Amino acid sequence: MEDLLEILRDLHPEVDFESCETLIDDKILDSFDIVSIIAEVNDQFEVTISAEHIIPENFNSARALYELIQRLEDED
Amino acid sequence: MRNHVLDYLTEAARRAPERIAFSDGKEEMTFGEIYEQSRRVGTYLHNCGIYKEPVIIFMNRHPRTIAAFFGVIAGGNYYVPVDVEMPEVRIRLIMENVKASAVICDEDTLAVVRQYDFAGQYDAAGQIVSYDEVCRTEVNEEALADIYDRAIDTDPVYIVFTSGSTGIPKGVTACHRSVIDYVESFSEAMKFDEHTVFGNQAPLYMDACLKELYPTLKFCACTYLIPKELFMFPVKLVEFLNEHRINTICWVAPALTTISAFGTFDKIVPAYLKLIAFVSEIFPVKQLNKWKAVLPHARYINLYGPTEGTGVCCYYEVDREFEENEVIPIGRPFRNTDIILLNARDERAAEGESGEICIRGTSLTLGYYNNFDRTRESFVQNPLNPFYPELIYRTGDIGQYNERGELEFISRRDYQIKHMGHRIELGEIEINVNMMDEIKMAGCIYDDVKSRIVLYYVGAVTEKELAAGLKTKLPRYMIPNNIIRLEQMPLTMNGKIDRIALKKSYQKKG
Repeated sequence: MEDLLEILRDLHPEVDFESCETLIDDKILDSFDIVSIIAEVNDQFEVTISAEHIIPENFNSARALYELIQRLEDED
Repeated sequence: MRNHVLDYLTEAARRAPERIAFSDGKEEMTFGEIYEQSRRVGTYLHNCGIYKEPVIIFMNRHPRTIAAFFGVIAGGNYYVPVDVEMPEVRIRLIMENVKASAVICDEDTLAVVRQYDFAGQYDAAGQIVSYDEVCRTEVNEEALADIYDRAIDTDPVYIVFTSGSTGIPKGVTACHRSVIDYVESFSEAMKFDEHTVFGNQAPLYMDACLKELYPTLKFCACTYLIPKELFMFPVKLVEFLNEHRINTICWVAPALTTISAFGTFDKIVPAYLKLIAFVSEIFPVKQLNKWKAVLPHARYINLYGPTEGTGVCCYYEVDREFEENEVIPIGRPFRNTDIILLNARDERAAEGESGEICIRGTSLTLGYYNNFDRTRESFVQNPLNPFYPELIYRTGDIGQYNERGELEFISRRDYQIKHMGHRIELGEIEINVNMMDEIKMAGCIYDDVKSRIVLYYVGAVTEKELAAGLKTKLPRYMIPNNIIRLEQMPLTMNGKIDRIALKKSYQKKG
């Protein structure tokens, strides 16, 4: 989880990713952020987030995204 | 002779009043409705005594905004689109530059304007007004006809703002003649017709949306304004394209990449697309080939051109296979536009020599609003013509012809970058950082491999505070993706910030 938070903080140092659960709903993340996050996550976690996973529910909070990564890791 | 952009709307409203012109998926408007409401807006401005003036349209992304644009024109004025995505400071700079007598808002932005307290600049009644209120005006056909008759085609149509290296955005001012020239030659090359269904991605506050707005009226075609959020979620985006049978898209390259790079095509394919045009940044051949694999019969067109040339000025229709290490050319200019390449001595570049891409022709805009100094720097006398006045626009882009005679983009001459479809001066970011207290020095570089703006700074502020501060000054897309604090800034011999050293240390850090 800490690795993920670091990726996110790198992009937006001013956002509290541990508590925020409306990253998409409140337009904190934009399309560019999503693309960068996916690229970094695919790199660092050795998982592949593909189009079907790129839905608002999976990106609204750091926790939701972390859970997605864990699900993908389990699939491998 | 067509000399007024309003003719496109008037003719469309006459030919197909009941047909849907613009939709955002929820709200839709017919050609007749756009026409009718534009007459009301025009009359409202006439009643206020506003004529031949800039009028700010501060509205969200929906069809009524387009009716407001044409309303401003019907009243003999020119529209200045402003968006809620722009931070307050930028909106103020734009307002100071154009000194518009009226701001037309929708329900959402009216709340924003009140919060900003722009009212201080706008004391008299009727200066900040809601679109709904404006639309209750009774149309005065006689007055509008008179305004129309008096117009000439060198009168302005709109002002759109683009990044300026001095920290002040520049207002590119287009006239009827440049817009008509662009719409006609662009439509001809793209082969649009009444069956064209556009999926618009470009924001309405940029010139890029002209590609859809005007051909929609010219051909009685149809445009869907795709909700911005969908560009984050590729599967939903393709579902939208399919639901509305969209067959034509002219998007910035990163928007196309968002779909192809994440394996979206394994799950869903855009079934109706026939024309896929990409603009603003280099579209990687790897991504192009993924699109071609699923849509082999579609036409693929690379577009190039600055806001100062009204829209795009060059195009290349993909007519052969490209390897991943090859560049897709920007091809050749549209009809009635000429491109000249000037070398460092301001002579025509020799065969095989690179040079600055300069635009010549009617599609040139009028220049930067209320800014003669900046205008004179880049709208200049054609150095190849010492005989009579003839302006060309110097793009600052370096290009070269390949062995097939196709123009290729090579690089920028300065610190302008293209990032997520936006044109950005790195200098503008630095100036805004430097304006903050406790900042001693700031230098920006661009990582074009990862598409990241990286900011280095020296000063007693945390990265977090700096990022938060910048968000109030700069649009979202100009906020650096990496902010790195330094103890000392590397300097060149002349005492300037050493961007090359910054880039090297960034690459080392990897």
